[in-house]
Amino acid sequence: MAAISFAGERHALAAGETVLECLERTDHEIPFSCRNGTCLTCMMRLRTGTLPEASQAGLREGQKQQGYFLPCVCRPNVDLEIEAPADAELFGRAMVSEVTQLTLSVCRLRLRTATPLFYHAGQFINLRRGDGLVRSYSLASVPRFDDALELHVKRLAGGRMSNWICHELAVGEPLDIQGPNGDCYYIGGEPDRPLLLIGNGSGLAPLYGILRDALADGHKGPIHLYHGSRTAMGLYYGDELQALAKANKNFQYVACLSGDEGGAVPGARAGRAETVALAEHRDLSGWRVYLCGYPPMVQTAKKLAFLAGAALQDILTDAFELRDLRRLRRD
Amino acid sequence: MSESLFQRIGGTVAVDAAVDLFYRKVLMDPHVMHFFDSTDMDDQRAKQKSFLTMAFGGPHEYTGQDLRAAHAPLVADGLNDSHFDRVAGHLQATLEELEVDENCIAEVMAIAGGTRDDVLNR
Repeated sequence: MAAISFAGERHALAAGETVLECLERTDHEIPFSCRNGTCLTCMMRLRTGTLPEASQAGLREGQKQQGYFLPCVCRPNVDLEIEAPADAELFGRAMVSEVTQLTLSVCRLRLRTATPLFYHAGQFINLRRGDGLVRSYSLASVPRFDDALELHVKRLAGGRMSNWICHELAVGEPLDIQGPNGDCYYIGGEPDRPLLLIGNGSGLAPLYGILRDALADGHKGPIHLYHGSRTAMGLYYGDELQALAKANKNFQYVACLSGDEGGAVPGARAGRAETVALAEHRDLSGWRVYLCGYPPMVQTAKKLAFLAGAALQDILTDAFELRDLRRLRRD
Repeated sequence: MSESLFQRIGGTVAVDAAVDLFYRKVLMDPHVMHFFDSTDMDDQRAKQKSFLTMAFGGPHEYTGQDLRAAHAPLVADGLNDSHFDRVAGHLQATLEELEVDENCIAEVMAIAGGTRDDVLNR
């Protein structure tokens, strides 16, 4: 079995164990969130050894070259010497510039950074508050339009971070941010490719950014955005999206309501966003598809989009991490 | 020296052309689709790609032991000859759809057929 050396100690890995699991077993406190190689919260750095490829999947080229890797998905074959990255290498400072309620359960958080963050709309950043709690949120802002970073925070029952942001966080307070991360963003250089954007709830955040990025880039191919919610109260940015549809002939916005009021709301379609979208677009060969929101929707829609002809590498996803929901006691 | 099967069939370009077609057929077949339900799609596609590379006579690192270990849980779930035949049929249909030369198809199907005992853990 391979072993890891960390903080002056050497620990042999148990069979099938990840580096993160081993560090937890040996009483090291490593910050983590998703535990599946997505959020990058637990990122560490290699001193000596050879990393398995999977432990660097999803990192930027520069990060890979500097030896960063994700201990939560790292099952090494050889001994590794590793270190925790200096905090300043990963986290920067941001200040809250706005907290606005968009719906009963979604609020818009705007942040300003001391130095500009280079990112693509649709990528995600990690927020960390004073006590070390970390959560990931997707960027609805577009660097060329927006000075502030814009995030849409869905308030979850029992969600520690989301409730704190929506109820307690005030303008002027500092937050630590890490990122940008992820590959769910508009890819330039293919102005004629048709784009299908499907999101539910605050999954609209990355799509709103991607859409505006595409339009500003001069995208000429059709762009269809389906935003799903159970009730009309859960929809937001309808006016902004209608205005963009009016100004851009190639863009169509469709609101979808999966609850009882479904067909009764003017302008909205009845049904789940992914169901409606895929019924209206049966041949997706050559399309790029963006799926953002609740994991079951993202998984289902990914399969349906693939079967409708979209190539797997052209289906980009940003699924919520429902950490707080999973932790919720069921009594 | 004559060209290898992998060269004649078109190398990695052929694998890329075949993988989505093949995977779609498998996912849409009610007889075998449930074996693919719980797997991550990108991960599954990568595995299909390695499999096709091997079946096309290309460079690969597959061993009989790998195939056995990977399919053992599926065999426990009832994977049998009928499922193997269906998937092999989808492979053949994919190659025909891509208008691959008959002789090449025969060679690919022979390589794929040779994995039967390992896949079914016999």
